[in-house]
Amino acid sequence: MSDLLRLATAGSVDDGKSTLVGRLLYDTKSVLADTLDAVHRASADRGLATPDLSLLVDGLRSEREQGITIDVAYRYFATPKRSFVLADTPGHVQYTRNTVTGASTAQLAVLLVDARKGVIEQTRRHAAVLALLGVPRLVLAVNKIDLVDYDEVTFSRIAKEFTAHATALGYTEDAVVEIPVSALAGDNVVEKSANTPWYSGPTLLEHLENVPVEPDPHDAPFRFPVQYVIRPRTAEHLDYRGYAGLIAAGTVKPGDEIVVLPSGRRSTVTKIDTADGELTEAAAGQSVTLLLADDIDISRGDLISVAGNEPTVTDELDATLCWLAEKPLRPGARVLVKHGTRTVQAMVTDLRDRFDEQNLSSVDSPGSLELNEIGRVALRLAEPVPLDDYSFSRRTGSFLVIDASDGSTLAAGLVGAPLPLLEDGVESCTGGSAAAPDTHALVSPGP
Amino acid sequence: MTLALDTLGRLESEAIHIFREVAGEFDRPVILFSGGKDSTLLLHLAIKAFYPAPVPFPLLHVDTGHNFDEVIEFRDRVVAQHGLRLEVAKVQDWIDDGRLEERPDGTRNPLQTVPLLDSITQHKFDAVFGGGRRDEERARAKERIFSLRTAFGQWDPKRQRPELWNLYNGRHRAGEHVRVFPLSNWTELDVWNYIEREGIELPDIYYSHQRDVFLRDGMWLAEGPWGTAREGETLLRKTVRYRTVGDGSCTGAVESDAADIHAVIAEVAASRLTERGATRADDRLSEAAMEDRKREGYF
Repeated sequence: MSDLLRLATAGSVDDGKSTLVGRLLYDTKSVLADTLDAVHRASADRGLATPDLSLLVDGLRSEREQGITIDVAYRYFATPKRSFVLADTPGHVQYTRNTVTGASTAQLAVLLVDARKGVIEQTRRHAAVLALLGVPRLVLAVNKIDLVDYDEVTFSRIAKEFTAHATALGYTEDAVVEIPVSALAGDNVVEKSANTPWYSGPTLLEHLENVPVEPDPHDAPFRFPVQYVIRPRTAEHLDYRGYAGLIAAGTVKPGDEIVVLPSGRRSTVTKIDTADGELTEAAAGQSVTLLLADDIDISRGDLISVAGNEPTVTDELDATLCWLAEKPLRPGARVLVKHGTRTVQAMVTDLRDRFDEQNLSSVDSPGSLELNEIGRVALRLAEPVPLDDYSFSRRTGSFLVIDASDGSTLAAGLVGAPLPLLEDGVESCTGGSAAAPDTHALVSPGP
Repeated sequence: MTLALDTLGRLESEAIHIFREVAGEFDRPVILFSGGKDSTLLLHLAIKAFYPAPVPFPLLHVDTGHNFDEVIEFRDRVVAQHGLRLEVAKVQDWIDDGRLEERPDGTRNPLQTVPLLDSITQHKFDAVFGGGRRDEERARAKERIFSLRTAFGQWDPKRQRPELWNLYNGRHRAGEHVRVFPLSNWTELDVWNYIEREGIELPDIYYSHQRDVFLRDGMWLAEGPWGTAREGETLLRKTVRYRTVGDGSCTGAVESDAADIHAVIAEVAASRLTERGATRADDRLSEAAMEDRKREGYF
């Protein structure tokens, strides 16, 4: 079992998310005495009777002043069973931007709802974004269960409604778990609550400790974006020419036949090198240096793939964009696309539709894509690039859209249409990829 | 057969990936190197990232003049051993020619910002590696791995880019630079566990030793060029070690018998205080002390 779980939290404002995260840190003894003292002091200064655990996580001054969370914050805690990297994503302003960021590397997401309100508009939006980004597992934390008198019927109604929504998004039932909690009182966060005798499932922490983590896709075909060419030019390593990178998918062994894209040149892996010595095999997630049998021209931006099961090399693609900039996207826009280790010029030739997360439907040919909106576009690239579908590989199916003038990141790009409901007849650009596995079963977790 | 990486393996692989991205996309990167444990770890990872080639970046140390002799000696030895290039920006030089003024409290940590930014401008560094970790402090928890700084070196939390997957956007305008934090996802305990696993040498002052110290604001400070015990403070011989190494005037020692790496790991795992809260006076100034210094261009 993997000893590291990357998770993201999502919820709307006032659902008590900072308090829940604070409670997880507090009850796992991840908060040290001086930090806790500071929280006790600040709580007392505000006239609060009990420590406000949300102060553990609201880091920036404006957040503390407004009592809200603005930016994604990363938290680290560990139990004897696992280490956790938690991306705490705020719910209100910039919700898509923050949720997309947190979800892009998450293996599991905890969604919060207020038991008094149940599944609301924001819950449905968040779940849709999490599904789109391919987060393999969801937990619905039904918070403030104490405020509905620990009522089983209320919980069951919310759980049922959420399961139906998640299933419509493509989740299987065993990938979704609902838990009744009170972050404020601590019910079912770390300790089992005596107030919910009707609930027999795990506490939130128990679930996080024991949930299976989808491994890196070792059985996927080998993908290796070249980051850097290592040429020592020293007497000892006169002819050394190594291609450095992080394996995006699959495994590699000396002797494997490879193809370099987009050039299409073929060669054989002779050696997998690291500072700790040669490896007989390496797999997704590892940073290594490959040496090849032939002296061919390879540079940063090229992709080394297993021969025989290669990504599609194309200069035209259909993609889903999560638009993260104030400046709206209009058809005809000229942008930069950063895919793997290659950045190319691109033009948005068509804005096909905008996703309506509320009704899980799409609006055809919108005039623009605004901040926090998700839509499908057609892109033309200045040069051909090797692409996999996002549903096939999170690492080689994702890209950034960058503003060429000021360098800002405009959008998160996903090759193809990762949500099944968005596929209303438009063929995915990379139909040539090997049969795409189930979106939520085999996507690769982040680095 | 298992090819799954453990936690330290994943953190190492991520850091190596970050170093190589910067080498591939920037013209003039530099590694901030003080000889402390985080920057020593940073250098170790950089060496691994480009093996068997030499590290393709120089090092930069902003020297407050209040450093521990053992750390400076260690710094110079490491630089020589690996054949690296080291630039040193001495805070004293800035004070001597009037560009900086000594503070009334004598601490020089906040004075590092100007020499740092001046050096970045002078050498046209466009990427600056730092050893900052998100677990250190609340404002750092929101820091990106690639953190854009304005031409004035300032950090604007609102202008930070969303960081998606492991795709880093290092674009910047002329005069701007990017601070890069390869250790973002490491915790203090990860750092120590990795130092043990890799057998990385550190300055002796991280391990317990005898030292004359005095108590000020609840911290054990050592005497040095930055001053000694004031009236009402008594110099005492104690068995101590340092959890962080910075400016001697504001870096406190902790009482400890942890004489080797195993003992240190046991101590860190059982600690009830964060390393900054325990030993850094500069972080105690206000609730938003670190945020304010980051905005001004601090590490």
